[in-house]
Amino acid sequence: MDSRHITAIIRFLWTPLILSFIVLTIVLIVWASGDSVVARTITDGLIRTVLVIGLYIFIGNSGVLAFGHIAFMLIGGYAVAWLTMSPFKKSFALDLPAILADNQFPLFPSAIAAGLLPAIVAFIVGIPIMRLSGIAASIATFAVLAIFYTIYSNWDSWTFGASTLVGIPLYVNMWVALGWTVFAIFTAYLYQQTKYGLALRSSREDEVAARAAGINIPVQRLIAFVLSAFFMGIAGVLQAHFLGSLIVNGFWLGITFLSLAMLIVGGQRSLTGAVVGVIVVSTIVELLRQVEAGIQFGNFEFSLPGGFQELGLAVLMIVILIYRPWGIMGGHEVPWPFGHGKRILAGGFALAPPLPKDERK
Amino acid sequence: MLQLIVQIAVDAISLGSLLALTALGIGLIFGIMRLINFAHGDFIMLGAYALIVPSAADAAMMFIGVWPAPILVISVIAILIVVALASERIAFRPLRTADPSILLITSFALSFFFQNLVLMVYSGRPKGVPLWPDLVKPIYLGPIRVPELHIITVCVTLALLVLLVLFLKKTTIGVQMRAASEDFRMAQLLGVRGNRVIAAAFAISGLLAAVVSLLFVSQTGTLSFKMGVPLVLFAFVATVVGGMGSLVGAVLGGFVVGVSSIVFQAILPMEMRMNDDAWVFALVLLILLVRPGGLVSVKALQERV
Repeated sequence: MDSRHITAIIRFLWTPLILSFIVLTIVLIVWASGDSVVARTITDGLIRTVLVIGLYIFIGNSGVLAFGHIAFMLIGGYAVAWLTMSPFKKSFALDLPAILADNQFPLFPSAIAAGLLPAIVAFIVGIPIMRLSGIAASIATFAVLAIFYTIYSNWDSWTFGASTLVGIPLYVNMWVALGWTVFAIFTAYLYQQTKYGLALRSSREDEVAARAAGINIPVQRLIAFVLSAFFMGIAGVLQAHFLGSLIVNGFWLGITFLSLAMLIVGGQRSLTGAVVGVIVVSTIVELLRQVEAGIQFGNFEFSLPGGFQELGLAVLMIVILIYRPWGIMGGHEVPWPFGHGKRILAGGFALAPPLPKDERK
Repeated sequence: MLQLIVQIAVDAISLGSLLALTALGIGLIFGIMRLINFAHGDFIMLGAYALIVPSAADAAMMFIGVWPAPILVISVIAILIVVALASERIAFRPLRTADPSILLITSFALSFFFQNLVLMVYSGRPKGVPLWPDLVKPIYLGPIRVPELHIITVCVTLALLVLLVLFLKKTTIGVQMRAASEDFRMAQLLGVRGNRVIAAAFAISGLLAAVVSLLFVSQTGTLSFKMGVPLVLFAFVATVVGGMGSLVGAVLGGFVVGVSSIVFQAILPMEMRMNDDAWVFALVLLILLVRPGGLVSVKALQERV
């Protein structure tokens, strides 16, 4: 392999490499500082990144705004609790079949299994739903979330009803979350460069033209739906092992809005946008929280009244969207900074999206 | 038995009316600017909170709530029209040409803003508000007992629907609104003022929100900063089931969702009753799969090739 070839590969993987590098740098800085509180915040942020990338794989590539993805997070989170809690702890709250009740399965295979379960669910519910487009598809996915949410809230023997299920093993730290984040970044990027990803992205730009070019849109959407459900499930798994507890109420509108907001503020049309959205929104939340708690300017302590954090976040989100209607990244990936040499690997460079009308001059 | 059936029917129609009015408020704006206004539920919530003195105290002191009924109604309507117009001017007008998903997220942010504003000023505890307690008393139609309030809800809804139809068919601005929801660009080219039409749609949605707010508070008697969320959620689902962009569809969808929710609650066996929302949403899913455009599908929304 000559150097041109290596350059080409690096260029092809430039976006995921840079995104992983950014995430890794943040983690290394926090690790070096040794601050365990910040480390928890960062771990939480990394789990959110997996979550938002999961959303992006479907919403970003298909252009269909799905409201129901948190259902897959819910399914993944509870599935891993059934597999990995100790039989003793399970016996307190749950009434599971013997094979789950009497066994405790190893952590990593359980995580994979708990990611696959929502993927299977997504495959089954996706077959009919992926035929829908636009707002009908959004509501249909939301109906799926509402159905699972209601069932899980009342399914006492498996989910401990609406109460908090505690005693899930804690093992997710910054490094585990980092590993999954990097895996999600690479998978999402490689998927969007495959012929399946490109076919789906073409249907996002123009459904009719894509269909005329022979693309089976429901099938392409289904592929992305299943893949994104897997990562949503993994986000649920990570959160369960990070907090050690689960409550059905935590998988409803709050997290749905927050995760969608992160994706759209960053820019729903590119992977870079998804990652940047998580970083920007989490940073805003964290800064406002600190200001609300009070910051010191020399002898002068400055603090804002309680509740300001949420108001500030809402205002900043609207301001960002007014000035950058396609999100902060506007649909662009990380640009390749070293000139326009000949591309050796075929395909793979997503076109910049058409700009919204007011910028198209 | 007859009593039970009438009871269920009245409950169902009354909930259906509230959802139909809320769905209309959402559908009217969606038709013109493709915005799904999630903050509509918070307009309803703000209207209810306007009844009491702003304070974080546990016991609610009535403010507008003790004024004579006509002044009370007009004040709440006026407040919500101002709120709706201000939301349009500040948050939605700069984004008018943006993608519908961006508009939707903006309305989430606005909704989040209003909820937290109320949380900050009034505190998060639910508050009891006795608005027109006399209306909860039942009236007797022969042997059958019906809460007066439900009858009022249905009558008010019908009156508003008739007024709205007259407004849309007979006034200039109403005709312009219908033209704009058919094809916004074309209407603009033919001399319809975009800003005026959209402002009118927001004003009407504010008015509808005010009416829902008063009816809802006098039914439940409590305030909470999240009270608008379930209403807007079901109304949103109703507009889609009815057919996005169609006002008849919004009303129809509101009744379908409201009625099915009450009926599922009444007829399901006890152990499945906890899951009644799941059944409503399963029905929604089914309707969408059979008729992806909703019950009344609109030509203007289908892509022309």
